[in-house]
Amino acid sequence: MTIDWAHFTPWSSLAGGALIGVAAGLFILFNGRIAGISGILGGFLRPPAGKSNERAWRAIFIAGLLCAPLAWGLFLPAREIRIDAGWMEIVIAGVFVGVGTRYAAGCTSGHGVCGLSRLSFRSLAATLIFMAAGFATVYVMRHMVGG
Amino acid sequence: MLLAMAFAVGLIFGIGLILAGMANPAKVQAFLDLAGAWDPSLALVMAGAIAAAFVPFRLARRMPRSLLGAPMGLPAAAKLDRRLVFGSLAFGIGWGLAGFCPGPALVALGAGEAKAVVFVIAMLAGMAVFEVSEARKSRKLA
Repeated sequence: MTIDWAHFTPWSSLAGGALIGVAAGLFILFNGRIAGISGILGGFLRPPAGKSNERAWRAIFIAGLLCAPLAWGLFLPAREIRIDAGWMEIVIAGVFVGVGTRYAAGCTSGHGVCGLSRLSFRSLAATLIFMAAGFATVYVMRHMVGG
Repeated sequence: MLLAMAFAVGLIFGIGLILAGMANPAKVQAFLDLAGAWDPSLALVMAGAIAAAFVPFRLARRMPRSLLGAPMGLPAAAKLDRRLVFGSLAFGIGWGLAGFCPGPALVALGAGEAKAVVFVIAMLAGMAVFEVSEARKSRKLA
C-alpha cells in the first residue's frame, strides 16, 4: 500500500465530516429525523399515507442539498468534481446504489454517519459490507479488468 | 419551522460533503483504491461526522419528542437480515463503480454535472424498483 500524500486532505475532510455530523445532529434534535439521504429520497417515491407533509420536508431537504454547490460558489472557488466512470458504468452504478440502499435501509449517511453515531450493530454491519464491496469493486475494475 | 430546518440541514450537509471532498468521485475512488495510490482522507470524514453527531444522538434517545415537537424517528430495527446484507453489497458495488453514493450524487447534480444527472435518474429508477416490489409484496400479504 502506498499513501497518496499529495492528495491527502486531513483538515478539510475532518472539518467537512464535522459539518455533516452537525447537520445530522441538528436533524435528529430539531426534526426527530435521521439524515439518511437514500431514505429521504426513496421515501419521496412512496405515495404518502393520509394528508401528512411527508413529501414536503423530503423535497425541501433535497433542495437544500442541491443548493449546496451554489451557496459554496458564492464565497469560495468551486471544488473539482472529476467523474472517471463511463456512461454505461454510471447507469449500472446508479441502479445498484438505488436498489441496494433501499433494501439495506440506508447508505453512507444513514448507516455510516447516523447509525455508527448511535452505536447500531445493524449499521456497523451494513457499513463494513458496503465498504468491503467498494474496496473490492475498485480493486477488480482498476487492477484486474482495467489494469 | 420544521421545513426551514430541513432546508438548512440539507444545505449544511451538502456544504460538508463538498468541503470533505466526498462530492468528487475521483477522490472517493482514490479512497477505495487500497492497492493503488491510497488517499485516506475519507476515513477522516467519517471520524469527524461521528465525533460531531455522537452526543446529539445520545441526547435524542432520552427525548420523547424533538425540540420542534415532532415525533422522534429513531430506527427500531436491530437484527441483521438478508436484505441488509445483499442491499449493502449491491450498494457498495455501485459506489465503487461510479464513486458516487446518494448524497454526493445530488450535490454534483446541483453543480450541473451531466453524469450526476444520469446517475441520479438511474438511482431513482433503482429505488422505484424497490417500491414497486414492496407494494406488490404487501398486496399479496393483504
